[in-house]
Amino acid sequence: MSLLLEPNVEQIKEQKLYRDMGLTDEEFANVEQLLGRTPNYTETGLFSVMWSEHCSYKNSKPVLKKFPVTGEKVLQGPGEGAGIVDIGDNQAVVFKIESHNHPSAIEPYQGAATGVGGIIRDVFSMGARPIALLNSLRFGELTSPKVRHLFEEVVAGIAGYGNCVGIPTVGGEIQFEDSYEGNPLVNAMCVGLINHEDIQKGQAKGVGNTVMYVGAKTGRDGIHGATFASEELSDQSDEKRPAVQVGDPFMEKLLLEACLELIKCDALVGIQDMGAAGLTSSSAEMASKAGSGIEMNLDLVPQRETGMTPYEMMLSESQERMLIVVEKGREQEIVDIVERYGLEAVSVGHVTDDKRLRLTHKGEVVADVPVDALAEDAPVYHKPSAEPAYYREFQAQPAYAPTVDNHSDMLVKLLQQPTIANKEWVYNQYDYQVRTNTVVSPGSDAAVVRVRDTNKALAMTTDCNSRYLYLDPEVGGRIAVAEAARNLVCSGAQPLAITDCLNFGNPEKPEIFWQIEKATDGMSDACRQLSTPVIGGNVSLYNETKGEAIYPTPVIGMVGLIDDVKHITTQYAKQAEDLIYVIGEAKAEFAGTELQKVIESGKVFGQSPALDLSVEKARQDQLLQAIRQGTVQSAHDIAEGGFAVALAEKVMNGSGLGVEVTVNGDLTAELFSETQSRFIVTVAPQNQQAFESIVADAKLVGRVTENGELTIKHEGNAVVQQFVQDLTKAWKGAIPCLLK
Amino acid sequence: MKFAVIVFPGSNCDVDMYHAIKDELGEEVEYVWHDAKSLDEYDGILLPGGFSYGDYLRSGAIARFSNVMDEVKKAAAAGKPVLGVCNGFQILLEAGLLPGAMRRNENLKFICKTVNLKVANNETMFTNAYGKDEIIAIPVAHGEGNYYCDEQMLQQLVENNQILFQYEDNPNGSLQNIAGISNEAGNVLGMMPHPERAVSDILGSADGLKLFQSIVKQWREQNVVTS
Repeated sequence: MSLLLEPNVEQIKEQKLYRDMGLTDEEFANVEQLLGRTPNYTETGLFSVMWSEHCSYKNSKPVLKKFPVTGEKVLQGPGEGAGIVDIGDNQAVVFKIESHNHPSAIEPYQGAATGVGGIIRDVFSMGARPIALLNSLRFGELTSPKVRHLFEEVVAGIAGYGNCVGIPTVGGEIQFEDSYEGNPLVNAMCVGLINHEDIQKGQAKGVGNTVMYVGAKTGRDGIHGATFASEELSDQSDEKRPAVQVGDPFMEKLLLEACLELIKCDALVGIQDMGAAGLTSSSAEMASKAGSGIEMNLDLVPQRETGMTPYEMMLSESQERMLIVVEKGREQEIVDIVERYGLEAVSVGHVTDDKRLRLTHKGEVVADVPVDALAEDAPVYHKPSAEPAYYREFQAQPAYAPTVDNHSDMLVKLLQQPTIANKEWVYNQYDYQVRTNTVVSPGSDAAVVRVRDTNKALAMTTDCNSRYLYLDPEVGGRIAVAEAARNLVCSGAQPLAITDCLNFGNPEKPEIFWQIEKATDGMSDACRQLSTPVIGGNVSLYNETKGEAIYPTPVIGMVGLIDDVKHITTQYAKQAEDLIYVIGEAKAEFAGTELQKVIESGKVFGQSPALDLSVEKARQDQLLQAIRQGTVQSAHDIAEGGFAVALAEKVMNGSGLGVEVTVNGDLTAELFSETQSRFIVTVAPQNQQAFESIVADAKLVGRVTENGELTIKHEGNAVVQQFVQDLTKAWKGAIPCLLK
Repeated sequence: MKFAVIVFPGSNCDVDMYHAIKDELGEEVEYVWHDAKSLDEYDGILLPGGFSYGDYLRSGAIARFSNVMDEVKKAAAAGKPVLGVCNGFQILLEAGLLPGAMRRNENLKFICKTVNLKVANNETMFTNAYGKDEIIAIPVAHGEGNYYCDEQMLQQLVENNQILFQYEDNPNGSLQNIAGISNEAGNVLGMMPHPERAVSDILGSADGLKLFQSIVKQWREQNVVTS
């Protein structure tokens, strides 16, 4: 490839070549105005990636403004690589979630692997030691061979990368729905630990300071990845395979250790990962945040291939690279540190005071643009919003009233639904123990990781039931946050904050934008009520194939603090004769439930279950208090599949224990309704009084037995009586069976 | 007793090994970089798990050329305890300090879970604190743990009691359910399961601690005799 082949300024403008890069006519005119001239090919490329939705949030900024982002413990809100929350003792937790949906749709192994790699870098670029990974995945139904391929490869990619870097993958969630058939979601979350004094900023401060490049060489992979992430998928998407990056977890491990040593060196001024839009976003953002400029000589950029053009180098999304700013004259200290890890640190430019990004190549200036124009001046669109016809129809429907003939058979059927079924097939491929801090492994409500050398632990979860969001994005948005908090409270943690990954369809469609608006309204409400501010996140729009959008899926990643490891609680029943309590009444709420999906052959419709946030908050507070007082043996929230499924999940861990409960009222509602804000708790008999005095409205429904049976009685009859072993077999066998 | 935890580029269970020795066993331990020129000051050598050199080419195939491996061989020849866990086991195989080879797991997938092991030989410096045929719960986490050797070698392993640990429910297809073997002299142990992950109840099992206690016990006895 020679520079001569690149189109000239006139061609770009007359043939509207900028359109292929994702810029609209108006945006291009806007660039011309900001520059006072027509941009050349490289400059057009810089603007097109920096003004993509992925980098600029141009379509989502107005809704993101609604989120509560502050709190007394928040040390860093949205805007840096990851958010940070204080956890006492001069320590803080750093976390963020990010999507890698489009790459995973066409190259599932590498797409998922590099998604993990990117989020790890976001966390260690803040100066934090990554201590855990989580994920949130969405696929079509496993009956499709294409979906099985995507599922198996995505899981293998996550495992391949995380296991090698040596960060435990401790938790996650997976949902299977038709709407994700052509557009799976792969959201990866990383949690890190940091001491307050080590917190880094991605800023290019100090005129004359040196800009250095650390890590893997730049190749032609991932060019225009950010733009590709901001388009709908189509039959032609396979042609975009070169826009998918290739990961090298071994390089990431070396880079991680080298960077954590670098942050201890006071010659380091700023550090940022080269993520989406690679060298362009890292340089422009670091300069823009510091109010400075950067000049780089692209001849000095380490290159994996010969003859790379400035355009290719600036837009490459090659993985495992960091851009750092170093005090002038102290470059050798940096070189010495990274050399120990077999890595290169190369000086590629310096900080200037003119607020411009100036690039030279082979002795010529090939781009010269204001950094703020790239990083700050992207247009912001207030998209039109319209209530979808389907929503009006659902709201007008009478309450959905399912008929269940045999509740015992239905329980087994629900346990076999892939969304509910045991996920061992997945998480046994992830090393969830490395670093030997994992106290609660995948499978319980939330994962728990101890903080070594302290008495503290962190609980973490990802959650989002997108069916409720489809039925009612506002209520569904509230539920997503509330359910994540429930998971943490059940494990004995005080929820601290959230990171979110907003996965939606094409925002240019008013019905989709309406979903985004409503969902973020609901999430904001819940975050305020539950005191869990949003400290960062990611937006992934255009999740459509052939014009069909995914269910609205704003995934919540939440982290909570357990002050004392002795409060760590799991969902599993502990001992025979313990009392079983239910907190919260079941109502006849069946729309969007797993039961409805089973009965209606995959369809959901009607009005989503309701949620009262003040009731939610009160119950969570009471339960947490009861756990901290030592009165609770196990706690589990009632979610997909309702009470019966949650009850089975309390004993399907091979303990040999059983449960016997009695329910009153409408049997189908009692067993399978997904009414919100409910929990199942077990309590040792000697703690009965203490527990009841804290959680006044908990209802005693039965006890834990040693006979290994799950028995549910109703009006004097045993309506369900099954060996837990048989239920476990059905529940564990479902996914492996579908994959055969 | 002073232990060395060897750190190769890509090792990632080095921290776990270090803390198991320091926090739970209560012995002295230091990280030793892969280019170290001497291991003389250490009484026990630990090769941790991970993905040395990214496991590119083949697990352990590149790490065996590290400078420190000459020193590891010297320590092994001198009769010092040398323990390789997971990737450490793979490196010991590649370095020829233990016989046989590792294949990919039978199901071709990485497997992470806690499994039951049988202590097949409790009369070694690594297992003297266990009972004969004691069943212990130790986690595995590997993609290539399917041990293989030829029949003649297997016969030798059996005859010399070199099979120290066997899986109760074989997770990876390993020959004779082999989870860990020693060299003929009995001072080099390679095992796929991670004893350093099972050293305190909060992690789910403390059954691995006895392995390290065995090493210390034997070393103390020997040192009393020789000094």
